[in-house]
Amino acid sequence: MSAIELREVALAYDTPAGRVEALRAASFATAPSEFLCIVGPSGCGKTTLLNLIAGFLAPTSGEILVSGRPVSGQGLDRGIVFQDFAQLFPWRTALGNVAFGLEMKGVERAERERIALEHLRLVGLEKFAGAYPHHLSGGMQQRVAIARALAYNPAVLLMDEPFAALDALTRDEMQRLLAEIWRATRKTVVYVTHNVAEAVYLADRVIVMTPHPGAIKAIVPVRLPRPRDPLGVEFLQAQKELLGHLKREEAP
Amino acid sequence: MRHFAAVAAALLAYELVARSGWFAAALVPTLPTIAHTLWTMLADGSMERHAASTLARVFSGLALAAAAGLVLGFAMARSRAVERFVSPLVNALMPIPSLAWAPVFILWFGLGNAATVLIVFYAASFPMLVNAWSGARAVNPLWLRAAAAMGAGGAQLFWKVVVPGAAPFIITGLRLAFQRAWIATVGAEMLAASDFGLGWVIFDAKEFLNADVMLASLAVIGALGYLFERFAFGALERATVLRWGMVRPGQA
Repeated sequence: MSAIELREVALAYDTPAGRVEALRAASFATAPSEFLCIVGPSGCGKTTLLNLIAGFLAPTSGEILVSGRPVSGQGLDRGIVFQDFAQLFPWRTALGNVAFGLEMKGVERAERERIALEHLRLVGLEKFAGAYPHHLSGGMQQRVAIARALAYNPAVLLMDEPFAALDALTRDEMQRLLAEIWRATRKTVVYVTHNVAEAVYLADRVIVMTPHPGAIKAIVPVRLPRPRDPLGVEFLQAQKELLGHLKREEAP
Repeated sequence: MRHFAAVAAALLAYELVARSGWFAAALVPTLPTIAHTLWTMLADGSMERHAASTLARVFSGLALAAAAGLVLGFAMARSRAVERFVSPLVNALMPIPSLAWAPVFILWFGLGNAATVLIVFYAASFPMLVNAWSGARAVNPLWLRAAAAMGAGGAQLFWKVVVPGAAPFIITGLRLAFQRAWIATVGAEMLAASDFGLGWVIFDAKEFLNADVMLASLAVIGALGYLFERFAFGALERATVLRWGMVRPGQA
């Protein structure tokens, strides 16, 4: 059974100007513990696709299954990390943020703090458990957000360009950290990005999307051994191949 | 001590005018005269009793206003139906000065605490309501999304996300409500209180041309306002929204 399976999922909006297709018949299924990246230009519906899986949006037609169960609304079986640093609750410490999902689950205080601290350790921030988000750098805030999304042990982790607002050095560091976390936790990850190098660094498979209407154009496997060397010849070759899939679509 | 430079300057200017001989000494008493009157009233306990009854009215009115304003403001933010139902009434009542109700309330409830507290309640409700309403609508949607993704809903979402998320507005609402409550209390005491309270003292002193008593009472009102701002609202702010980085301290 796949952690995530989409069957002919489509989304259309009715606007005053007529019906707009946001996403056209998307189908795919993840392999166990797979790292799946979704790549495409702005307006290709990649975030829409993620929001559908997250349950923030309901598809017009088709079906989404998470761990074999149809998705209807949000749920603790999916952890979500957004791009915006402001996703953390400023009135809660790093520990309090990470413990939030466990609190909603009804886990008692001592236990949820133990689990939260464990996850802060996973992202290398156990020393900052008592810090409020505004005292943390952007990269650290995103690490807390990752710990928060993992702490209540969801089956899948959904990430919407989580490192796009970080500087290049921090982004590289965060990608390495995420690859390690993924190896340690073996979660199924769906990761949205517009950065081709990032997709090649992280993904087992890359879903390439195209705009107008948003649609899956290709699903490209990345068969490089891990840990990956972003400066290696094979890496650059894979990047070029992926770029090729994106470029070809731009021709009329 | 720098905090008091403006106060000292104002006092000095007053003292110069008082000693200039332009006005009758009984109408513009010097600071030592006022201080002496204040000391006498404090020593015989009368000032404390008047201040205590004024404070009791301020806080009864404020407590009722905070409760009603928060409940109704949050309800309006939560439900379009409530908003549509209540807004016209709020918009019609808000511009009516609370003291304009004084004759009506005196007619209905007689002179005394009921009329006074009701006037205070009226004055303090609107800033509380408007701020709770704005605050709840200004809560970052990302927090609501993140919380919903972690299984928060209903009462938990309200208490753990909406209320702390609206905290800067709520504190501003409390501050304004407190200010309005003071203005309304002192005003109402002049009209509706029978024989106690700082407003009544000021009004009563007029009969005997006791400018020193009036000014001593005004000084007490100013001092109490300052103390509450500094040690109640300032402290509340430092312990919450400033500590959480949701508002910034003024530039140094």
